[in-house]
Amino acid sequence: MSAVPLGMPGRRVPDGQVGRGPTVGRGRGDAAVHPLPATPPSDPLRWGPSFPEAAHETLADPQLRANLRRATRTIRDKRLAVTGELPDWEALRDAGAAVKADVMERLPELLVELEASVVARGGTVHWARDAAEANAIVVGIAQGHGVREVVKVKSMATQEIGLNEALADAGIEAVETDLAERIVQLAGDMPSHILVPAIHRNRAQIRDIFAAGMDDAPPDLTDDPHDLAMAARAHLRARFLRAEVAVSGANLAIADTGTVAVVESEGNGRMCLTLPRVLVTVMGIEKVLPTFRDLEVFLQLLPRSSTGERMNPYTSMWTGVTPGDGPQEFHLVLLDNGRTRALADDVGRQALHCIRCSACLNVCPVYERAGGHAYGSVYPGPIGAILTPQLLGVGDTGGPSGSHDPTASLPFASTLCGACYDACPVKIDIPSALVHLRERATHPGGAATPTPTTAAMRVAAVALGGGTRFRWAARGVSVAARLTGGRRLRRLPWPGSLWTAARDAPALPPRSFRDLWRRRGGRA
Amino acid sequence: MSDARQDVLAAVRRALGRGDGATPPSSGRAVPQVTGDTARHAPDGGPTRGPDGTPRGYRGPTGSAGQAADVDLLVDRLLDYRASVRRCSPDELPAVLAQELEGVPGVVVPAGLDRAWLADLDAAGVEVLVDDPAHPLSHAALDAVGAALTACRVAVAETGTIVLDGAPDQGRRVVTLLPDRHVCVVAHGQVVPGVPDAVALLGEHPERPLTWVSGPSATSDIELVRVEGVHGPRDLRVVLVG
Repeated sequence: MSAVPLGMPGRRVPDGQVGRGPTVGRGRGDAAVHPLPATPPSDPLRWGPSFPEAAHETLADPQLRANLRRATRTIRDKRLAVTGELPDWEALRDAGAAVKADVMERLPELLVELEASVVARGGTVHWARDAAEANAIVVGIAQGHGVREVVKVKSMATQEIGLNEALADAGIEAVETDLAERIVQLAGDMPSHILVPAIHRNRAQIRDIFAAGMDDAPPDLTDDPHDLAMAARAHLRARFLRAEVAVSGANLAIADTGTVAVVESEGNGRMCLTLPRVLVTVMGIEKVLPTFRDLEVFLQLLPRSSTGERMNPYTSMWTGVTPGDGPQEFHLVLLDNGRTRALADDVGRQALHCIRCSACLNVCPVYERAGGHAYGSVYPGPIGAILTPQLLGVGDTGGPSGSHDPTASLPFASTLCGACYDACPVKIDIPSALVHLRERATHPGGAATPTPTTAAMRVAAVALGGGTRFRWAARGVSVAARLTGGRRLRRLPWPGSLWTAARDAPALPPRSFRDLWRRRGGRA
Repeated sequence: MSDARQDVLAAVRRALGRGDGATPPSSGRAVPQVTGDTARHAPDGGPTRGPDGTPRGYRGPTGSAGQAADVDLLVDRLLDYRASVRRCSPDELPAVLAQELEGVPGVVVPAGLDRAWLADLDAAGVEVLVDDPAHPLSHAALDAVGAALTACRVAVAETGTIVLDGAPDQGRRVVTLLPDRHVCVVAHGQVVPGVPDAVALLGEHPERPLTWVSGPSATSDIELVRVEGVHGPRDLRVVLVG
């Protein structure tokens, strides 16, 4: 076995070094399962090549595309069925959008109110400007209790800050307890979907991952999903019962009562939120809601949009500490990590309205084909394409820019078809935000610097600007058409290569319109 | 640490264009632009904006409970989640509970549960363990016992949801978590039509720890194949009384 403990994807390994967790296999000659993506990410929000390059790789994986197609289609149909049966679905979306817009307007007051409510009920509130600060807070709490292991509820915020790796650096093992997260963790993968993180793995691969990664896996483990789930149940049960510290995220927190909620399916959330003595919850500052009553909106919008169920199996809510019931020490970590950067942009701000349901991923034609890993961020899909660049400051002076930067290429990873906007339970206008961010990525700091596009347009203006010049240009096209045999053009020389890097150029017509017109006896 | 607090709050204010020293507005919601036509969706042409400025054109709390149609809908939803459902009169309850607990060596009950419900358990050979907050059972003891029996706070017909709020007849959260079978008694009068009714009721005691249960625990993480029963109770049995 490797020196790296199993279940610890060593994401912080510098690029170029091997050693992100072990490659798992059964050790009996079975095909080994290699971590996905193969290149170790150095930052949970920004890894791998630009989207077009990464998509070239993922599109070549037929297994991945088949998994994604089946999975996204299934969830899509379920979501349509359960949202369609509510007569007031659109009114709920309007309410959700309005509450979120209001939260952004009053964020400072709501955060202060939430803090006071949590403290009044016996909790402790911490503030973190960035990932490193949030990680240090959680590590400090775990060290303060002298634990070597913490159990974790699936959480996007803790993935975003790379908490598991920070804990590992401090000698503390973070045990992911959500089934899919555990699969991803044992394989040394990055998640590829917000809701179904192991969507890129099939049952045979998962059987191999469990057999190699779980020291207590049954020797005769099959690849039946029921068997695999029961193996995970037995494997994690002992860890739940001995855990002293749990770490969770939060789906929402209520300012006026201090109530925090986690929405889940398997019961691993309940285990983590109930059994250990100490609970640490890491929450993005945008997750606060004003009043308890707002639950009536979001507890209808979230499950139906997310898993396509009328309600998810379990939702836990707690308000500070309840004497004699559940954790007797509760810490809430309020995380900025780029959120205030996004908040400063009037158009891009709506990315912060996201409730992480993943409906936009499941309806996106680009996501369905390219898969989550192509986005190079823990936030994939349409929402990731507008959230990730803003968290990292694309378009800010000195921020990432240019189509070759992995993050700055994300707003271009869309056909702007608008399906995500229609599916979003809080009506985030993702297409408008994408167009806005494209502009920011192309013109960082707002300056109208010349780009290849503007140069090409200038050349076109010359060619189209006079009848003679246009005729010569058209003849040139006819010659090129004969040379290319009327086929679509997959690769053009520079500067045409800027276009064909991500798309084909259409086949050139053998004759121009003017030629055809003349042949039919018309007059130009 | 206080520096981080000040910095984050200052960054939020700056992002909103307020400047660092701006005084927060006293109260009341900002009224944002709403893109959709909420009036079109408002039932009965009622008000589309609540007093807090939020467009609440959706179906709000009805104030009704225990309607026969809602009880039927709850049963339908629970069966859809593959929970088991029994209906009985209050007189039949002890016998029905004895049947539902058949085959388990023991059952844990919260200290505040109506003891009359347990009348037939002795004859059925089911040992009763009482979880008293003053003398709580250990996790190991709860993990070993086969079942938990509790009441509930409210049930939502439209979503098939049962909510526990830790009142004395529902007990600590762990009581309904570790045992593999959860038998939950729901009175007809506790069944409300939709989520807003439940939230209004639970809002009377928002400080209580809440567990919303909609069917047995489940996962679809492997090839989206639904597997029931991962970590929570694998066997949810609802007894409707009324």
